[in-house]
Amino acid sequence: MIKDEEIQQQVKPQRSSMNDYLAPGAREMKPSGIRRFFDLAAGRKDIITLGVGEPDFVTPWHVREACVYALERGKTQYTSNAGMPELREEIGRYLDDSFNVAYDPASEILVTVGGSEAIDLALRALITPGDEILVPEPCYITYSPITTLSGGVAVGVETFAEDNFKLKVESLRKVVTPKSKVLILCYPSNPTGGIMTYEDWLPIAKFVEENDLIVISDEIYAELTYGSKHVSFAAMPGMKDRTILVSGFSKAFAMTGWRMGYACGHPELIGAMLKIHQYTIMCAPIMGQVAALEALRNGMEEKDKMVESYNQRRRIVVQGFRQIGLECHEPQGAFYAFPSIKSTGLTSEEFATRLLQEHSVAAVPGDVFGMGGEGHLRCSYASSIANLTEAIDRIGQFVRKLKGI
Amino acid sequence: MSELKMKILELLKEDARRSADLIATMLDVAVEEVKAAIAEMEEEHVIVKYATVVNWSKVDDEKVTALIEVQITPERGRGFEGIAERIYLYPEVKSVYLMSGAYDLLVEVEGKTLKEVASFVSNKLSPIDAVLSTKTFFILKKYKQDGIIFEEHEDDHRLLVSP
Repeated sequence: MIKDEEIQQQVKPQRSSMNDYLAPGAREMKPSGIRRFFDLAAGRKDIITLGVGEPDFVTPWHVREACVYALERGKTQYTSNAGMPELREEIGRYLDDSFNVAYDPASEILVTVGGSEAIDLALRALITPGDEILVPEPCYITYSPITTLSGGVAVGVETFAEDNFKLKVESLRKVVTPKSKVLILCYPSNPTGGIMTYEDWLPIAKFVEENDLIVISDEIYAELTYGSKHVSFAAMPGMKDRTILVSGFSKAFAMTGWRMGYACGHPELIGAMLKIHQYTIMCAPIMGQVAALEALRNGMEEKDKMVESYNQRRRIVVQGFRQIGLECHEPQGAFYAFPSIKSTGLTSEEFATRLLQEHSVAAVPGDVFGMGGEGHLRCSYASSIANLTEAIDRIGQFVRKLKGI
Repeated sequence: MSELKMKILELLKEDARRSADLIATMLDVAVEEVKAAIAEMEEEHVIVKYATVVNWSKVDDEKVTALIEVQITPERGRGFEGIAERIYLYPEVKSVYLMSGAYDLLVEVEGKTLKEVASFVSNKLSPIDAVLSTKTFFILKKYKQDGIIFEEHEDDHRLLVSP
């Protein structure tokens, strides 16, 4: 006969620490490598940072003022789950005008709490446990952990400095399997500054079709390209219905803290995402939505000025890195340079740690962004020219010291 | 005016101490081109002067500045030019604008004391024959000049490292 106690022991696991209460997905999730650098740099006043992944501009005044005015008028309520209709209409118009891709504001556009929420919703809506999600790397740090949390398997796809970190179909072919379901794209790329042109996209689009994939295209840096206009993957022939376009206001309009993003796509996909969104979030904050509307209606001129300013600073840092003897491919989008530090003999982690400790410059080691990031350093040039010049000087001293010059 | 020159002007307007080298890098053009364009603009007096914007309220010997609305009778054949010249040649006059509206010239006058500015108006400006009337407004505080905010706090509120 089995005693009651034994039955209880069988069903109820022994939990000796709080950690045992955690869901495996949360327990096993690795802390972000960026976080470690944040802790190293925290509290130090002497640091020049190239580690910041956001604009150095404050949100333009007319946008802030529109929000203040709306608050004064008492706009403090929920909005419709998908976001204010006039904002969705404005987003639709903007995407059509700027990137040649038309969405129906009523059923194909969802306003989210930053692009981050849109990525989470898309992955949760699409992943059946065991599905493989193709993630070109180096890339923004969020995709793999969220994939894993949803029960998916993130499969890295390597990209290379000698290709300017463009995604090549050969690399996709190496890793694709019948289980592959989703391809995540992030171009212009954080951290590499790489972009994809129409010609670059063509073989990728064909591959997506052949392998019956859904694409989550994170185009948060779409406005920040230099030399050529951004080509949305959703605008490629036949790709609109297969693509969930994710974007937002953070980078283009210097609105990171507002947490305003959106997702666009096929009504059935957006509909599923909307269901999750309405149960978890309800709606994006109305203050942010009002500000986003103002940014789209009247913010283009100021946005263009900011982009021009990034471009000028991009040239300064790329030339600067090359002059101090670091190989640096030409970043054509976002606001990051991704120089190679391989010639110094250090790993990214060692280089970034010592650079911070010995020369008080913060930058993010490339390996935290996944495959192909090792040997590189992510340097944000969203910083003043004085800071950039000083940072490059200090990195130059460090490189000379390492090379014994 | 060529596009390059316009861009150079914008960069110099932000910071007149930017070197031709730096400007050439920022605009992705040859440094010789930048130097030549700047030389031409200096020659043509498009670039008039490289001056410093000073926040005098931070300096001990504070200055007094007044804006004066001046109504004048234009001269036959010369309009406002001659009388404007007679006014702007005074060193204490910092700027002179011909205006549309209720008065004709807006004159900015700077002096060491309130009394000094007042005496300039009563002894030099008002007695000019063509001057019909003046209205003097003393500036109490300058918040912004030429697009530059005087008390701007350029604190960076961003996290030192973020994804």
